[in-house]
Parts: sequence; structure tokens; C-alpha cells
Amino acid sequence: MVEPFAVTDCAMIAIASGEKAANLRELHDRLRRIDAPGIMYFHFWGGLLRPYFVDPEYQNDFASWAYHSLHDRYLAERLSVINPSRFEQMSDLRGEVIEVVEDRMDEPDFDPRIDGESPFFFIRGQLVVFDTGIRVDAPEQMARRIGDMTPGSIFYHFIDARRRTASGGNDFSEWLPSFGDEYVELARRIAAVDPYLASLVGLRADIARVFLERLGEGGEQ
Amino acid sequence: MSGMLENYAPIVGETVIGQIRQLARPLEGKKVVHVNSTREGGGVAEILHRLIPMKKELGIDASWEVITGDADFFRCTKEMHNTLQGDHRDIPAALLDHYRQVNARNFDRLGETLNAADIVFIHDPQPAPLLAEAAGRRGKWIWRCHIDVSRPHRRTWKFLQQFVEGYDACIFSLPDFAQPLDLPLYIIPPSIDPLSDKNVTLDSADLDVIYHAYGLDPGRPIISQVSRFDRFKDPLGVIRAFRIVQEFGPRPQLVLAGGTASDDPEGEEVLEEVRVAAARDPDIHILLLPPDAHRTINGIQRISDIVLQKSLKEGFGLTVTEAMWKGKPVIGGHAGGIRIQVVNHQTGFLVSTPEGAAMRIRYLLQHRERLAEIGERAREFVLENYLLTRHLSEYLALMVALLTGNRERIVLGEIGHI
Repeated sequence: MVEPFAVTDCAMIAIASGEKAANLRELHDRLRRIDAPGIMYFHFWGGLLRPYFVDPEYQNDFASWAYHSLHDRYLAERLSVINPSRFEQMSDLRGEVIEVVEDRMDEPDFDPRIDGESPFFFIRGQLVVFDTGIRVDAPEQMARRIGDMTPGSIFYHFIDARRRTASGGNDFSEWLPSFGDEYVELARRIAAVDPYLASLVGLRADIARVFLERLGEGGEQ
Repeated sequence: MSGMLENYAPIVGETVIGQIRQLARPLEGKKVVHVNSTREGGGVAEILHRLIPMKKELGIDASWEVITGDADFFRCTKEMHNTLQGDHRDIPAALLDHYRQVNARNFDRLGETLNAADIVFIHDPQPAPLLAEAAGRRGKWIWRCHIDVSRPHRRTWKFLQQFVEGYDACIFSLPDFAQPLDLPLYIIPPSIDPLSDKNVTLDSADLDVIYHAYGLDPGRPIISQVSRFDRFKDPLGVIRAFRIVQEFGPRPQLVLAGGTASDDPEGEEVLEEVRVAAARDPDIHILLLPPDAHRTINGIQRISDIVLQKSLKEGFGLTVTEAMWKGKPVIGGHAGGIRIQVVNHQTGFLVSTPEGAAMRIRYLLQHRERLAEIGERAREFVLENYLLTRHLSEYLALMVALLTGNRERIVLGEIGHI
């Protein structure tokens, strides 16, 4: 008997660290000094759960700041392709950001002391996680119900799961293979959905589409 | 289950309402008191009028207390407001002493309620010293700062800081506003209520009443700014921008609509300056509205082609959110919360001068399809981010977090009832 999928929801609240950087040199300094995992998590993933205007090009806050405030397209592009899912520890992700920043600071035509239009504020997120009481018994049922999940549930099961699961994947792909080999392909396809190029509402639609394509409107594979 | 919250479901969706109910469950029965300094006028009072009944509906024992003060007290708090937002002048020591004494007297009246509360929200600087009187408190106290204190006059901030440092947490509307303090600095933007008189959908008969009552011509473009008559809102800059636009036609009309809050003694003076600048131009309509003229403000925003909020300093700028919710492009000053709501070329335009405002007004009046497109995007942006339901949800999450300890991840199933 497979355990039902427990639909969980979450809400994130932002907490300012009090630290900010006016230019790239200060950003570098703060990144080296502040080693709070919650800060990296917030600036790479937290944007999905808070007020923002969809910026399809620069989906982490460092890249977005480099572009919009420093007007440094080169740096923004390099920062934007950092894939946070590749890093098991937030400190390793922080190290990667520092590396990219240092590369840029080393370039001879670049002055890292020039202030941006607005500072970069270091923020951490506090996540409140709660059980919705909703249980989904089978993949076919999930295909019909995923469209009703809140953006918070999508965040918890598809984004936050990367930090919780042993495989670093998402909760749907972890759950599906328990129903047999025929669901492994569906799990793989869901894992292949890019979490980085859409809002949570868009992500929900993408995941729902994969479920429906594989299982059909009536929930039959 | 039916109730006030259910009325929001057709707008934000059932799932959002369900999420709010889940978040509130651990807080059932908790005594939560909000304290501010005015029951009417200003964004804080408007939000509290809706948040308190909603919290009650969720089973939270929520209440709202208002501190009272005399003319000197409000003169002092207005000076604090202005200097915290960047004016550089010292407030006389006698006024500051009076401010402290008035708070102490208010505590004599409110102390029992505040000491018994599980959570106390103190809004803005006016009641901030209440905490210093609350030696017998049992709950968590949160200072909710609605104004921009990013570059305060140092002496005013140092004076206020002695009171704020004792709180368990602060809330600022934007990270830019947060002052470094050794306590959790939560970031929660405010919100508007889509069902309040100020934002509810109006029919064409309601709008006809507005045209008629204020002598506005439905056949000509209307540009408006709705805000208190306050120098930081730059009403004189708006008139200057309008004068430039007038040179190019097609004979627009300007509406400057506002009131004065009971805790703002400077309003009359600014209003007089605005009247002088308008110089009896029949196309400039200066409307001094009472604090409860919510439907009138709603109507003015809805009949406007473009809404301005040319503030030089701004807390969050709820009038911007209101206009965007009505599908209006907003031309806003590069200040405070306007910067995160008005996304340049997407939901409106950010400007730094009256000339910049005039340029954007002319552009939008000439490109009607862009005006409509930007307005629609502005409405969607508010729907996703700035409605009361999101605000309530964040307050609930914050209360849960404070009552369960300042951890990075709080799992409600694990901690049970708090």
C-alpha cells in the first residue's frame, strides 16, 4: 500500500539582515562575510514566493540587481546561469556566486567601486510550513487536483523539496515510482520541468500539463 | 463556511482563502491588539478597519486601540514623521517630553489590555513609547513602521530608537526602509482591500455622479492625483507638470483630491499653497474631501485616464496600488514603495521631475493602446501581490513565527498548538 501524497503548503516571510551593498566590491565583501544559508536560499528561490515583477531573463536576485542596478549585462548573464539545484549546500552556492563576482572584478576594464542605482539588500526567508489535510491517493487523482494547489504548495513540493529529499529532486517525482515502473517515465518528465523560467502559477500549469499528457484528461495512463 | 473572507474567493480564488484558514488555526483564541493614533484618515486606519474583522472571523481575539493626544502631541509626531523621512531639523526637547508623557497617560488607560495580549502591534512612531511603560507585559510586541525611515534625521531616529529597541520584532514595508536594529526586521508590504468602498467596482451611474458633482467633462482626458495635501506628495510639482501638458492639448483636466488626517496639522497650509499655484484655472479641480469620501475617491480614480503619484518621499503609496487595481497606468515619483509597484514601462512610469511627468502624460494620451495595455498589466500585478488577503496571510505567518521561536523553518504539524 503506497502512502497517500500529503499536500503541504507554506508561506514565506522576508526578514532583512540589515546588510546591504552599494556596489560590486561591497557585494563581494558582504558575500564573503555573511554565511547564512537562509540568505542564499531567499535570493535564489524565495523570489517565487514574494511580490515581484516577472523578470524572465534574470531569475535570481544577484543577476537581476547586476542588470537593473549596476547596468552590467555581462555580470548579469553570468550570474543568471548559476543553477542553484546543483549545489547541495548553500555555502557552496555562495562560493559559486563569489567566484563569478571575482572573475568580473578581475577584468581590467571594470571598476567595482561604482555604485548601482539602488543597493542590494541581503534578506533571509522564514518558511512556515503546514499540512493542508488534503491527501491524494493515486497519480490519476493528482493529475486532476494539481491545478487546485496553491502557489505555496507548488513551492513546497517542487522547489523546497530540493533541499529536503535525498535525491535533491521534487516530491512528485519521489512519490510516483512507488506505484510501479509505468510511472517512472512520468516522474522523470516532471523532474525535467525547468523551475526557473516561470512564476509558481506558471510552474503549476507546466506540471499539470505533464501529468495530463501522460495520464490523459480522465487520469488514465 | 460563509463569512467576510469568503467574499474574497471570487477575486483571489478559493485556494488562497483555504491557505489563510490553515495558517490561522494555531492562532485561534490568541489575544492580538493593534494600536495606532487615528481611527480615520490615512492608509493605516484603512487597513486596520478590514484586518481586525478578518482576524476575528478566523478565531483570533483581535482588537484595535487608538491613542489620544492634544495639538502639541500631534505637532510633535508630525515633526517626527517629517524628520524621520529626511527633513533635517531638531524637535524641541519639551515637545519630545510631552510626547513621552502623552504615551504614559495613554498607557494608564490601555495598560491592562496591552499587558494581557499575546501579541501587540504598535503602528508607526506615535504610540512607540507605550512599550517602555509595559513592564508587566506577557506577549510579543511588534513595531510596525509604515513610513520610509531609510535616511532619517539622526537625532530623531536616535530618540525613537531607544523605544524601538525593546520590541520583539519590527516590520517595514520595504527592505530599503529598515534601519539596522538588533531584532528581527520583517518585510511586509501593505495592501488594498478590493471590496472596500475605495476599491469596489462602481457602475456608470456612480461615475456620472462624480462627473456632475465636480464639473468634470467626460469628453476630455482626466489626470488625477489622490493624496493628502502634504509637501512630500509634491502637489505643486503636479500642477507644474500639468501646465506643460496644457501647452500641447487636447485640453486635459487635472484633479487634485485629498483630505487632511486628524494627526496632520500641516495640511491646511499646503492646501493654500496649492490653491495659489492653481490660480483659479477652471481645468484644475482641487477637491478637499472628508476622510470618509471613499466612494468619491474610487470614482475619481476610475474616471481618470492617468493617475499620478509624484511623491518626493513615500511610505508605500497605497494610492498607487488603488489606481493600478482600477487598471490605470500610474506615473509615480522615484520614491519609497512607488518604485516596486510602478515597474517602468510595464505598470507605469517612474519620473524624477515635473518635466518627466509631463513627458509621460503626453506619451500615454497619444498612445491609447499602450495606456490600456499598461493599465491591464498594473491590475494583474496588484491581484498577484498587493491585495489584503496576501497581507493577512503574511501577518498570520509572522505571528506564528514569533510565537514559535525565530527559526528559519517552522513546521506547524510538528509544534502543535502554540
